Amino acid sequence: MAYAAAKPSSPSRSEQIILFRVSGQLFAISSASVQEVRSVDSLAGASAEISVPSLKKVRHTLQRGEKPFFVVNGAAHFGLPQTPGALVFVLHRTRTALLVDGIEKMTSMTRLQSLPQAFCRDERAWYRGLTALDQMVVPVVSPDGFLTEHEISLLDSVIAEQQPPADTDTQVTQ
Amino acid sequence: MTVATELELQSFVLLRLGDRRFALAARYIAELVAPSRIFRFPHQTPKVEGVILRRGRIIPVCDVGDILIGKSILSRRFYLLAVRNYGFQRVSGSVLTNPEPRKEWVAIPVTGECELINAEITPAGESEPHHVSGWLSHNGEVIEVLNIDALTPGPAQTPTHRPVPSYVEARP
Repeated sequence: MAYAAAKPSSPSRSEQIILFRVSGQLFAISSASVQEVRSVDSLAGASAEISVPSLKKVRHTLQRGEKPFFVVNGAAHFGLPQTPGALVFVLHRTRTALLVDGIEKMTSMTRLQSLPQAFCRDERAWYRGLTALDQMVVPVVSPDGFLTEHEISLLDSVIAEQQPPADTDTQVTQ
Repeated sequence: MTVATELELQSFVLLRLGDRRFALAARYIAELVAPSRIFRFPHQTPKVEGVILRRGRIIPVCDVGDILIGKSILSRRFYLLAVRNYGFQRVSGSVLTNPEPRKEWVAIPVTGECELINAEITPAGESEPHHVSGWLSHNGEVIEVLNIDALTPGPAQTPTHRPVPSYVEARP
């Protein structure tokens, strides 16, 4: 009698992540979510200031392609003490660039636990979940959780107001 | 004691917070563990201190001291791991697709020894706080029986009705 071959146990799926710090706090983000990592110093010519009193976590924009990315100060977003910030993560499929203090390391996670239901405020949008790494628990941020659609619309409208109409000079000189 | 009286007795765990004792139906209790490192990260939910890691499971720590004794619990002897019912799972908007309640463990810091007793519960009145599901009498002391679902934070739709559900399996 022939027996079916035992199925090999499916290898545990892992996801590459970047561990980074903001104001001393450790976070993780999927490396697939990060399009580009730039030092703040290298962005001097590519960024512009923006001021929205109701959205103080965004002070700069970064031009990449057709639409600007909004630089979200990680410390301000998470309500942590302000730090200067040294790196910017430009996030895939978002309009967000995230200002962080630095990268701790790159590693992989094999299990992402959903955020416990006890957490029931804005953090549910901030995090994809939690992961245990080296007997530590690290929150895994959601790239979409830094700016809401409403906030992006607000920022876009401020940019539109700041840009003078294309024919302004012509009208003035006539 | 008559058979009828025996049937009305339920098991409760008595827990100590500061100078006061409270009771929780034993069916809610999953485990009593020594304090371990709390991992904290930014969030906005009041009463949640952080999480602990217990056999690979990440469990939120809910500091209920403010509600129960008017101050945070700083000195802690154990964490009582209790099963918290978060209502029904919702899928695709507001359609209820799963009749099973969603349960998760929460850790409640306690400051002293815990004790298992059998006692009769007197249901709380409507005027009592939602986190009180009833009262019991033990060694001359009247002790609040806690409703863990109302005591710990969760989504707004979480049911906080009284009396407590008749059965909660300690396996979320």
